[in-house]
Amino acid sequence: MLHNFDKAFENRIRLQVMSVLAANESYDFNSLKDLLDVTDGNLASHLKALEKEEYITVIKSFLGRKPNTRYKASAAGIAAFKKHLEALENLIKQQKL
Amino acid sequence: MEDKEIYAEISSIRNLMERSTKFISLSGLSGVMAGVYALIGAAFAYKILYLNGDVTTYFSMDRTEGFGTILWQLSLTGLIVLTLSITTGILLTVRKARKNGLSVINPSSKALLVSGGIPLVTGGIFAIILLMRFDFGIISSTCLIFYGLALVAASQHTFGDVKWLGIFEIILGLLALTIPGYGLYIWAFGFGVLHILYGTIMHFKYDRK
Repeated sequence: MLHNFDKAFENRIRLQVMSVLAANESYDFNSLKDLLDVTDGNLASHLKALEKEEYITVIKSFLGRKPNTRYKASAAGIAAFKKHLEALENLIKQQKL
Repeated sequence: MEDKEIYAEISSIRNLMERSTKFISLSGLSGVMAGVYALIGAAFAYKILYLNGDVTTYFSMDRTEGFGTILWQLSLTGLIVLTLSITTGILLTVRKARKNGLSVINPSSKALLVSGGIPLVTGGIFAIILLMRFDFGIISSTCLIFYGLALVAASQHTFGDVKWLGIFEIILGLLALTIPGYGLYIWAFGFGVLHILYGTIMHFKYDRK
């Protein structure tokens, strides 16, 4: 059963990031930081990890002079997220039997 | 993993998905206040229109003497009601957000303003054009319909209840079109009574926890 759990989502923050990106078209770094209540460095490292898995894509642009980094879930990321949720759901069902 | 842990995990995911897409700091109390302002405004408008001597002014709409004054007084009343409602709305919403430790400016509040703002501003300009063309008969319908459309559009970024308020405003706007002469009463009902009703429901459903 546990083989369906995605290693990338073992970390809580990574799973949280993925939930936000699954529900929104895209989300920017600072709003994500506010929402999850994490530090810059912490969030950045988890975003890097998700980027490495190619679960999210990064869109860098400028808002005036300030850099504005937005994140978007990739198709692979959404699929992995869904699979992870299904695995969680199945686990509950199994334990109910 | 324990059962409880999984439930906690799933509910935290759900909570985040909802919090990231919906702006939940809208205050119910500000709806009540907007309704109160609207009713007071409507009472003033009634006084300006009907208690200024000639009852027929509103319908005959000749550019007679005193007509310009009436127009200005009405516009000013509307503007004051609008300004007070928006200011109270912003103040109470900011207060509620602070109380819950949430930010007011976030992607969902921005999305809320954009999707609600487009029909709202369109309706506002539409109403001003009608005013300038001396087409007064359908102004209250215009306000109700466009405001309702704005609420329906904005509702996807906040509490779903807002959509119902919007639908009722649209129905009232259409109703006002079919019974000419009752615009002010229907306007007062839509912006006054419905707001108070909706605000009260929202206040007890979400704010008082």
